[in-house]
Amino acid sequence: MTVEWGHFALILALVLSLCQVALPLWGVAGRDHALMQTARGTAIGAFLFTLLAFAALTYAYVQSDFSVINVAMNSHSTKPLAYKISGVWSNHEGSMLLWVLILTLFGALVAMARQAIPLPLLAAVLMVQGAVSSAFFAFILMTSNPFLRALEVPAEGRGLNPILQDPGLAIHPPLLYIGYVGFSIAFSFAIGALIHGRIDAVWARFVRPWTLLAWSFLTLGIAMGSYWAYYELGWGGFWFWDPVENASLMPWLAGTALLHSTVVMEKRDALKVWTILLSILTFSLSLIGTFLVRSGVLTSVHTFASDPSRGKFILGILVFFIGGGLTLFAWRAHALRQGGLFAPISREAGLVLNNLMLATMAATVLIGTLYPLVLEGISGDKISVGAPFFEATMLPLFLPLALLQPLGTALSWKRADLWAAMQRLSWAFGFSVLVLCIVLYVTRGGSVLAPVGAGIGLWLVLGSLADVWLRVWRAKAGWAVNLSRLVGLPRSAWGTALAHAGLGISLIGIAATGWGTEVISTVGKGAEVPAGPYRLVLEQVITRNGPDYRETVGRFQVYSDQQKLGVIEPGKRIFIGQTMPKTEAGLMTIGLGQIYASLGDFQADGTVSLRLYWKPLVVLIWGGALVMAFGGFLSLLDRRSRIAAPRKARQLQGDAA
Amino acid sequence: MTERRARHLSFILLFVMLALAALTPLHAVEPDERLADPAQETRARALSNGLRCLVCQNQSIDDSNAPLARDLRILLRERIAAGDDDATITRDLVSRYGDFILLQPPFNPRTLVLWSAPFVLLAAGGWVLFRRSRRMPQLEKPQPLTEQERENLRRLLATDQIDPPAGSPRQGS
Repeated sequence: MTVEWGHFALILALVLSLCQVALPLWGVAGRDHALMQTARGTAIGAFLFTLLAFAALTYAYVQSDFSVINVAMNSHSTKPLAYKISGVWSNHEGSMLLWVLILTLFGALVAMARQAIPLPLLAAVLMVQGAVSSAFFAFILMTSNPFLRALEVPAEGRGLNPILQDPGLAIHPPLLYIGYVGFSIAFSFAIGALIHGRIDAVWARFVRPWTLLAWSFLTLGIAMGSYWAYYELGWGGFWFWDPVENASLMPWLAGTALLHSTVVMEKRDALKVWTILLSILTFSLSLIGTFLVRSGVLTSVHTFASDPSRGKFILGILVFFIGGGLTLFAWRAHALRQGGLFAPISREAGLVLNNLMLATMAATVLIGTLYPLVLEGISGDKISVGAPFFEATMLPLFLPLALLQPLGTALSWKRADLWAAMQRLSWAFGFSVLVLCIVLYVTRGGSVLAPVGAGIGLWLVLGSLADVWLRVWRAKAGWAVNLSRLVGLPRSAWGTALAHAGLGISLIGIAATGWGTEVISTVGKGAEVPAGPYRLVLEQVITRNGPDYRETVGRFQVYSDQQKLGVIEPGKRIFIGQTMPKTEAGLMTIGLGQIYASLGDFQADGTVSLRLYWKPLVVLIWGGALVMAFGGFLSLLDRRSRIAAPRKARQLQGDAA
Repeated sequence: MTERRARHLSFILLFVMLALAALTPLHAVEPDERLADPAQETRARALSNGLRCLVCQNQSIDDSNAPLARDLRILLRERIAAGDDDATITRDLVSRYGDFILLQPPFNPRTLVLWSAPFVLLAAGGWVLFRRSRRMPQLEKPQPLTEQERENLRRLLATDQIDPPAGSPRQGS
């Protein structure tokens, strides 16, 4: 029965979402505040019922209720509990349910937040949220219902795809979806502002915390997905420019631009129309990402055409919201008063340049991802747009942006002195160039791109440190005063510095992939293989049983000179209910680098083919992303962007109004 | 973002299983494929990194463990060992499999929009900004301080030598 209750709760959530659109719309049209207020209750109710539905499905997974088709297709009674739960969102239907759960959660949070949002704007925002969730509830109920029962109940489930049975992938979709879906708030606020024809710096203050939250989670989600692909897929790459990866990168790039443009709006009351457009575009890219991943269009244009129900439904949602949003923008944008004056050399001008580059990068990824699909659809010609294209087009856009970033942060608002800013950063820049020259000399004959990338990364890190230093240090003040200035620095300033430094850290890690070593060889027992400054010896081959798999691993002892550092055990796993083995890479983190070993099949004579890498500084790639996300969260804690503003401040605002 | 890739990988595995009754090593570049001459092997790796595994979704033949990818890796190594240059090998592969095999799409009329888009967009955006900045009313040039103002400023600075400590309304970006 629980499953039926869940199904019913989902239908009720759809009904509540429709009310969340209709009642406030009526209220806004008739200027009826009581009707506008219903937006809050319905938003919270829709979330609670979605939560019930989600809990019911999770319960079915935990109980291994194989009478539910979705559970039977994607779970197995021998799975560890954690993977029974993560099994809920490891498949299409369940992950869409997670999607709407997070969407309604954001709606409920906006409804409950103590931001002093004017009621008409709040009603419009929740109305748009309700429209988006209604569309996706309908999508789930009509094309992807996870609660359907089977007529004949199988004795055992088909099992979770073994490649998905992994802690990284268990938490990757929730992180990513919080990011994707969080941008819906910026979208709803933009539509709300267009409906009202009013927008000011306060609007930016409302939107910024939500964008920051979404962006921080999306950063974590992308990093997690990248690390998962790195250790799980078995060939040690961290980014493949796969359309599915691009689907998450596009909203990230647009969202990064949005974060910066809301700063300009908040500080200088400028870039309003652009910020509205960017809010619409960022969530549109999230929707396009969902469409690309969920419709099957990526595998082939033809599979999409042969089984069109899901794809066409999402395409319909896409066209409605993106088309509707942009139409409304074209119709109403002129009603928004443009404001703010710009000097060509100023912080805001730097941020405009940042937005230009980031928007171009997002567009490049979008065009590169869709071009083969469109070309095949139009002319039938098949082309591939792979990593070399993206590297050739994105690097010339990204590297100048990274080079200019610390300089932009050093400029002051309104009217800045470029020469003075350059002087302030001369130490950071000089040191970075010095390190670059040394690295170029030491690695001469090798790739030039790696040292240049690492040099720019270092410049980003030092530039961020210099930013903090320049904000805090006053030569005339004593140490105590300077220390208290350091502690008292606004959290958003720390957040900015950390996010930019994190980008630099990631860049250094990415550049360092150029200095890795690779060995491909066939090894038997006792064989010795070099991995950068270390060497590995194959001690023995072991076959053993895990909780729900059987594995054969090669036990390698890792040596630095004569010293034993530890053991890694790359191998092959066969999961119960599956026939094909899954490669398990062997990893050892030494300092900031990693030894990465991946095995082929074991031969009858006891030998096995081995791919062994030494990847110096590779940990920095994801470590940098963590620092970026941490910067985002820290900035979120700043008084300025606190979602739950203290009551006192709110009352004061109320008194003033 | 990864489920599609994962599903796809399981498809490869299935393909391998069905296509070959015999056990095929499930690995990208295998030790036995490699060329003895390091320079030739480096060329082979560089080439195979730019060629798409035709039965895969988005993998180069260097990364792929599909049998077709292995066949292509061996084929291009044979051609390299036979003394063919990279351009010839690529040309022959394209004539057999089409542009689809190139991970970096060639620059031709069909890909003109693709290749020019980033730079056209950047230039167009820059041009719009340039136009705007010229039409925008300029900020007024600051007037130099009067003698009286200078005097006031000196007096104020003399009484308050140190910046107010942080935590005061000074805010970051």
